[in-house]
Amino acid sequence: MSARAQSGRRIVRDIAHARSGDKGDTSNVNVWVYDPADFALLKETLTAERVKRELGALVRGDVRRYVIEHLHGLNFVMEHALEGGVNASLNLDSHGKSWSYLILQMPLAGRSSKAPPRA
Amino acid sequence: MNGHRRAFRIGTGAGFSSDRLSPAVDLAQRGGLDVLVLECLGERTVAFAHRDRMLDPRKGYDAHLDRRMRALLPVCKSAGVTIITNMGAANPRAAAERTLTIARELGFSGLRIACIEGDDVSAQIAPDHPLLGEPGTLADVGRPIVGMNAYLGIDSVLPALREKPDVVIGGRFADPSMYLAPLVHHFGWRHDDYDLLGAGTLVGHLLECGMQVTGGYFADPGIKDVPDVAHCGYPIAEVASDGSAVITKLDGTGGCVTTATVKEQLLYEVHDPASYLTPDVTADFSKVAIGQVGANKVAVSNARGHERPRELKVTVGFDGGFLAEAGVSYAGPGATGRARLAVAVLSARFDEIGIKSARRIDVIGVDSLFATAGVAAEESRDVRVRVVLRTTDRNEAELMLWEVESLLCCGPAGGGGYRGRITPAVVTKSVLIDRGLVRPRTEMHVA
Repeated sequence: MSARAQSGRRIVRDIAHARSGDKGDTSNVNVWVYDPADFALLKETLTAERVKRELGALVRGDVRRYVIEHLHGLNFVMEHALEGGVNASLNLDSHGKSWSYLILQMPLAGRSSKAPPRA
Repeated sequence: MNGHRRAFRIGTGAGFSSDRLSPAVDLAQRGGLDVLVLECLGERTVAFAHRDRMLDPRKGYDAHLDRRMRALLPVCKSAGVTIITNMGAANPRAAAERTLTIARELGFSGLRIACIEGDDVSAQIAPDHPLLGEPGTLADVGRPIVGMNAYLGIDSVLPALREKPDVVIGGRFADPSMYLAPLVHHFGWRHDDYDLLGAGTLVGHLLECGMQVTGGYFADPGIKDVPDVAHCGYPIAEVASDGSAVITKLDGTGGCVTTATVKEQLLYEVHDPASYLTPDVTADFSKVAIGQVGANKVAVSNARGHERPRELKVTVGFDGGFLAEAGVSYAGPGATGRARLAVAVLSARFDEIGIKSARRIDVIGVDSLFATAGVAAEESRDVRVRVVLRTTDRNEAELMLWEVESLLCCGPAGGGGYRGRITPAVVTKSVLIDRGLVRPRTEMHVA
């Protein structure tokens, strides 16, 4: 059963795919929409401020968002986001490989996946 | 330069130290490759390799070197494929000598193995050297240093390629440089043509993690389905003289090469897409064009580049003491409640018996990977209590394991499946070093 069927609310995973990587205590997650028509919704949903707000207990440092407009993707660089990094983390997933799904499970902004971008 | 109308074909036969071997043999046999790269080294892998070398001066190279060379040398030699690898890890010379022995045992005569050393810069860096990206010096870390390796670029590999080697083996090459070097050698790209160096670096970046660009690490059933994941093929790049490339894989292998798999890898472990630093170039991936040009064929172009960084990055490995982990599982009705009681029991007992080092207790199944993020946990009927401890005191690690195992008789009902282990740990930091202090050198060994 998809997350949408369970909660009735669409999540980022319904329109986009993502991969996490680590360097030291910095995690990056790149996120790409399947359908370019959903890119405006993705950009509206996933702001650097929202990622920092929702994951602030984990992400202790700054969040930067890079927009790759022509490929319809976003890259989030999250500082101090790996519980000290692979050297110090006590998390079973010390590389933060699963962090992509922290982003993918976030509910989409608005109500429709095809909502036009806000003017 | 000889025209170079034909694309240069470069493949990956390992994207990390534990990567699969049999698809690499398949690729070497059927891929029509010029070069096969085996990328087997991470920041921590090299630190662990230094520890191995301290215990035995003949060791400190990739644990699977024997198996990989025995399987790949015969097929690569008969297909005319040059192997380029960082399997030398902390001891390239021992790895080259071991490869030479294997080549002779396999009956080769005249096989040429280029050994590249010089990435070990422990003699060039003093304890008061400042850390990169954080305050303090190496001495301030307060732990014994196990090794220091500078990231070597293409200028360390090119002299070896000019001597027509069958195998190039070294240690801490920057991963993309193992791909860029044979491209520069083959096409005669200038060392200051940064756009071409950026394009070749993109090829290396996309291929260096092996199947991560051909459908590995991608499948999410029902959403992102990948055919025959169990038999995923390693990637091939068909590179043109202008640096553009087609990423593909062998027919008859599992996995898939799509614009989606290539995009996920494009920014894997990349921060600013316009500024990806290697020893060779500051690569710019921000304008890269990606297009599907056939089944399992994706064209990439338009990577750019700027001048290379003035200094080289060095990874410094320190003794990290021990990582101790232990666990007990609970299943059935009330499993989560019983696990939570076990956590409470352990927390109380650890304080009483003097477990003071950094520790954490998870309930796997409800509250583990996303625990710090505070993502809501749900009830589960099959959970595992996991305890982890980082310590420099082996006795403390053993006491922790003992306490967790004691739950079998002293803890909540129905606990089973105790496992515990203590493993040596390393800590790594980065520093920068003047390029002039790093002097790579090549030595040819002929079987």
